[in-house]
Amino acid sequence: MKLFKKLAASASVLAMLASGASAEISDGVVKIGLLTDMSGTYSDVAGPGTITAAEMAIEEFGGTVAGAPIELVSADHQNKADISANKARQWGDTEKVDAFAELVTTSVAMAVFEVAKQQNKIALVSGAASSPLTNDACIPTGLHWTYNTRALGVGTGSAVVAEGGDSWFFLTADYAFGEALQGDVSKVVEAAGGKVLGSVKHPFPASDFSSFMLQAQASGAKVIGLANAGGDTINAIKAAKEFGIVEAGQKIAGLLVFLSDVHALGLDTAQGLQMTVSFYWDMNDETREWSKRFFEKTGKMPTGIQAGTYSAVRHYLKAIEATGSDDTDTVLAKMREMPVEDMFANGGVLRTDGRMVHDMYLAEVKSPADSSGPWDYLKIVRTIPGEEAFGPLSESTCPTK
Amino acid sequence: MLTDLLGFPPQVLFGQLLLGLINGAFYAVLSLGLAVIFGLLNIVNFAHGALYMLGAFATLGLTQYLGIGYWGALIFAPLIVGAIGVGLERVLLRRLSGIDHLYGLLLTFGLALVIEGTFVKLFGASGIPYPTPEALQGGVNLGFMFLPFYRGWVVVASLAVCVATWYLFERTKIGAYLRAGTENPRLLQAFGVNVPLLTTLAYGYGVALAAFAGVLAAPITQVNPLMGSNLIIVVFAVVVIGGMGSIMGAVVTGLSMGVIEGLTKVFWPEASSTVIFVVMAIVLVLRPAGLFGKPA
Repeated sequence: MKLFKKLAASASVLAMLASGASAEISDGVVKIGLLTDMSGTYSDVAGPGTITAAEMAIEEFGGTVAGAPIELVSADHQNKADISANKARQWGDTEKVDAFAELVTTSVAMAVFEVAKQQNKIALVSGAASSPLTNDACIPTGLHWTYNTRALGVGTGSAVVAEGGDSWFFLTADYAFGEALQGDVSKVVEAAGGKVLGSVKHPFPASDFSSFMLQAQASGAKVIGLANAGGDTINAIKAAKEFGIVEAGQKIAGLLVFLSDVHALGLDTAQGLQMTVSFYWDMNDETREWSKRFFEKTGKMPTGIQAGTYSAVRHYLKAIEATGSDDTDTVLAKMREMPVEDMFANGGVLRTDGRMVHDMYLAEVKSPADSSGPWDYLKIVRTIPGEEAFGPLSESTCPTK
Repeated sequence: MLTDLLGFPPQVLFGQLLLGLINGAFYAVLSLGLAVIFGLLNIVNFAHGALYMLGAFATLGLTQYLGIGYWGALIFAPLIVGAIGVGLERVLLRRLSGIDHLYGLLLTFGLALVIEGTFVKLFGASGIPYPTPEALQGGVNLGFMFLPFYRGWVVVASLAVCVATWYLFERTKIGAYLRAGTENPRLLQAFGVNVPLLTTLAYGYGVALAAFAGVLAAPITQVNPLMGSNLIIVVFAVVVIGGMGSIMGAVVTGLSMGVIEGLTKVFWPEASSTVIFVVMAIVLVLRPAGLFGKPA
């Protein structure tokens, strides 16, 4: 036994000598644990595509950083907070995982935040949208990358109010995210002089929205705001069309709509819908090039969550490359110091409350006549500057900012 | 007025009642299939939701690849999926007859996971839209709500199928055989009736009913690999409330649970996914065999 220990010790000394830089890399490997919804409601907006996106970031580094190999492990969290927390704890405690990534669904992100805080590990949130993640629920190592409910409110909410939609009724998914989204959009609506007439909380996920739509119709509000996502948004929009809600004069505002939702609905149903996006594949040469490579691997164009996962993982690895260390505090400091420059964000800034501030975009779904074919779905109407979308740091209620 | 007291205008309530009836029609057809299968095979068919989903995908496939539209699919999709059901019964479920029905439950639950997982992998979770048939597009304003023609059709078609099934089981000779098979399969076999064939056909019929509901649902929701898993647990609760194996019970309970759920969506929307289970718990305490079941 003694001999074995000596051998092991000398072997690790040798290993450290062999590659000077990796001396700072704990366990000799940089391991990222990606938790996402692989088969449920959010598996198209996030899901397997986020794994591909993270892999594309790792490929850019040739699979190694600071002399150590990069490893990606992933698991299906089934949108359940308990499963996510257990998996994250297991990864961090026994499987040498250095950072958690993606984490769609607010309840999941919050559960993993608890674990990340205890283990002092970085959590790169892409899919979860709730603004509390960088406000009351923030942790020092929790980074919120792609978007948040405040930005969605500023984008879609303001645009709809500006067009005269000054009375709102919300259909809200009955969990933390729906509540955060409704809250953030209500603030925007009220600040612009609009009124919120009421809301109905629907179970998550729900399959039949006809009843909720009729309640929204009876409210007499000019705008029906959908504070939900994924399959729920798709079903709600379909029900609105079927029950003649739009023809009768009310406007549907999808507050969180993804490219994959538009693809699933078809342009006939989705045309004219306004949406706030963090990313669209057809914006410039860089986004087109990256998205084309993504398409070749997955057969789908990327959503903002998927592109954001790439950006977050890439920036994390860049910080490790620059510092030669995977120590949480060192990496975090470097990530904040370097601007986020890639095809997703142009001069993105990582704040001390965990918010990554970058430009967002207000887009409108094209009509079938304007679209040249599959995936040519959006036209960007306005660029929303990062500061406007996410608000100033002084507004953040994060206690550790 | 009671409705004014509760703070809701009557037209909202009428609308919700009607919508509840429409959803109840789905519950009725699905729980009917389950009741038929449980009555004759003693199998708790957890694959029912997946087979319902297959019905919707069969509709999509028939339209996209064979040019058979909605009306053709209404006939052919149940036949195709029913045939798959016959295959499942012959190859897998048959081997479990006579042992604890926990095994049947586990097998069909596993099947459901495999089928749904495969379809999510192939088609994604957002689903694919299926257009409402041309003849049923649009709707009519009833004064208290706008009723899409298609939803009206769903209620009519479902009720027709429920009545036909009831007639088949309660008023025809085949139905008499089937019921006799439930009571005493050995004695029936002694009279020269091919009981194994009868149970195979019964399973195929139950599955075809699920597929029929799938065809009806295709234009309403997305054709979605997870459409069945969202529904199946509720449908099981409906069957338990109605009484396992009771055909009449399944239909009446399906419709009334749809209405109760619809009303809950107005008064306490957050509880609308739970209310049916509360009813189930109460019924199980007061009448363990279900509202229409015979006490064992």
